[in-house]
Amino acid sequence: MYTFSSKLKTLSLALMIIGLLGVGYGFLSAPASVDEVKVLLQESHNTHGEVATPAGHAAAESGVAVQAEDAHAEHIFHLLKNKPWSALYVALFFFFMISLGTLAFYAIQHVSQAGWSIVLFRVMEAITAYLPVGGVLLFVFFVLSATHMNHLFVWMDPEVVANDALIQNKSGYLNVPFFLIRAAIYIIVWVLYRNYARKMTIAQDALTDLSNYRKLFKSSAAFLVFFLVTESMMSWDWIMSLDPHWYSTLFGWYVFSSLIVSAITTIALVSIYLKGKGYLEFVNNSHLHDLAKFMFGFSIFWAYLWFSQFMLIWYANIPEEVTYFVTRFNDYKVPFLGMVVLNFVFPLLILMNSDFKRVPWFIVTAGIIVLIGHYIDIFVMIMPATVGDQWFIGISEISSILLVLGIFIYVVFNAMTKAPLLAKGSPFIKESEHFHY
Amino acid sequence: MSNKVVQAMYNDDDILMDAVKEVRAANYHIEEVYTPFPVHGLDKAMGLKGTRIAITAFMYGCVGLVFSVWMMNYMMIEQWPQDIGGKPSFAFIQNMPAFVPIMFEMTVFFAAHLMVITFYMRSRLWPFKEAENPDPRTTDDMFVMEVIVDGNEDELIAFLEKTGTVEIKVTEKH
Repeated sequence: MYTFSSKLKTLSLALMIIGLLGVGYGFLSAPASVDEVKVLLQESHNTHGEVATPAGHAAAESGVAVQAEDAHAEHIFHLLKNKPWSALYVALFFFFMISLGTLAFYAIQHVSQAGWSIVLFRVMEAITAYLPVGGVLLFVFFVLSATHMNHLFVWMDPEVVANDALIQNKSGYLNVPFFLIRAAIYIIVWVLYRNYARKMTIAQDALTDLSNYRKLFKSSAAFLVFFLVTESMMSWDWIMSLDPHWYSTLFGWYVFSSLIVSAITTIALVSIYLKGKGYLEFVNNSHLHDLAKFMFGFSIFWAYLWFSQFMLIWYANIPEEVTYFVTRFNDYKVPFLGMVVLNFVFPLLILMNSDFKRVPWFIVTAGIIVLIGHYIDIFVMIMPATVGDQWFIGISEISSILLVLGIFIYVVFNAMTKAPLLAKGSPFIKESEHFHY
Repeated sequence: MSNKVVQAMYNDDDILMDAVKEVRAANYHIEEVYTPFPVHGLDKAMGLKGTRIAITAFMYGCVGLVFSVWMMNYMMIEQWPQDIGGKPSFAFIQNMPAFVPIMFEMTVFFAAHLMVITFYMRSRLWPFKEAENPDPRTTDDMFVMEVIVDGNEDELIAFLEKTGTVEIKVTEKH
């Protein structure tokens, strides 16, 4: 049985408090009106020692230029207002996706009757304990968006839709009630499967027959079918609809690759932490080796999908599709290209060697880099649509991560204390305990 | 010194594994073990060093990558930078995404083929090579352990007989 160390509990609470203060600061420091933005813009022009577009100044008297400047300030105003919201959204989605990816990986382990991973089931179950919490937080966020507390989803704004034929054509799918109902269905069914699986494996510990194991096998297979459909739809709803003029066919799988690799990395990190504390003596370095192989393989899978999506659009260069990457290349060059290094080149070189994959500190280093890389991946998926060129990884962004990380750590390790760390009821448990590669 | 070897035959891989461990513990030198299929853990029991073929494959892959980069850069950017369908051929990096499929395939091609050829060369395998088989049954159901005779031959045979062998032959090593 795991006991939640008071140190870790204090850490998670500290993260939550620091994060909350930072998020609050982010919301307070967002400009309150367009006039404030105009002052900001003027100040930045002054400090940079530039003269705002000569044409604009020369023709400042004419009403057209003033109007253009006003429109520009208003545009910037909306972007800056979105900034703390987007920061929070990226962090909420990132940790939710780790939990969801873990659930998918966990279901795959049941369905494929994997013999090695049984000793890690309780770790995975604990990580998925964040799913209901994160689901509620995300849903509240969507309700707030739908009630126009923020402008992340432009298609939720009736004024925008009224002037936009493209969004009007999509409004059969992209409308607020349907969006919320879909989100509720995904989250509820995922959480239902998670709670059912957890209940079943815990009940199986005390049983001698395999009835629960069989039920779990069937429900996991059904869940995977549901998951693959809803994961794709979730990525269209929650991420792709931020750019309602743009679409990509492989977007759902691309999001999935990011989700599964961060999930496996998190499983590895949590397992190494618990093993270091002496709670998982039945986990040996062959189990870690397998997790590291999955990290390596799915990092390459991510790069494959990232490149396929990028290259197909770059190659054909159809204006309506390519704007997506043009904004990312112009305004997000460092994170957009940097994440390819973090998520592909680095794991490729570090995790290729078989011996390195058995060394905990190597996996931890690679894992932290991979998680940072996939945070940036989500950041680059969401931010260009909501804050455009006004992005910055500053107080709002970092404290949003800290806030959600604190909640995540608290929920996960709290769930860890609720059941023994070895799921001893599984028929493959002996094989898993003696697993070596 | 004579080149005499004792060929101890076994009909089970588990017995063979135990025998290998005993022979090594008794400080006899195992010249070679012939088996009809891979016996998991035999290399460790014999104390063989790990293979380095993966390292060679990595280096061959790097060669393939460098070759493809050089080739595409020379052909498409330097030699005849034509405008083909508006693709920017001013610098390698500008047209790089279009070259990636070739770079990838070349890396895999070099790594795979050169590694296989390395394997053939290191294990001396080629067409028309004369088979080095001490007993035809080793490709079917027999396991043969060859131990070099160094000192007392009778003592070695007596020792091997206790390890579960089904047949013992003493031959000159060719």
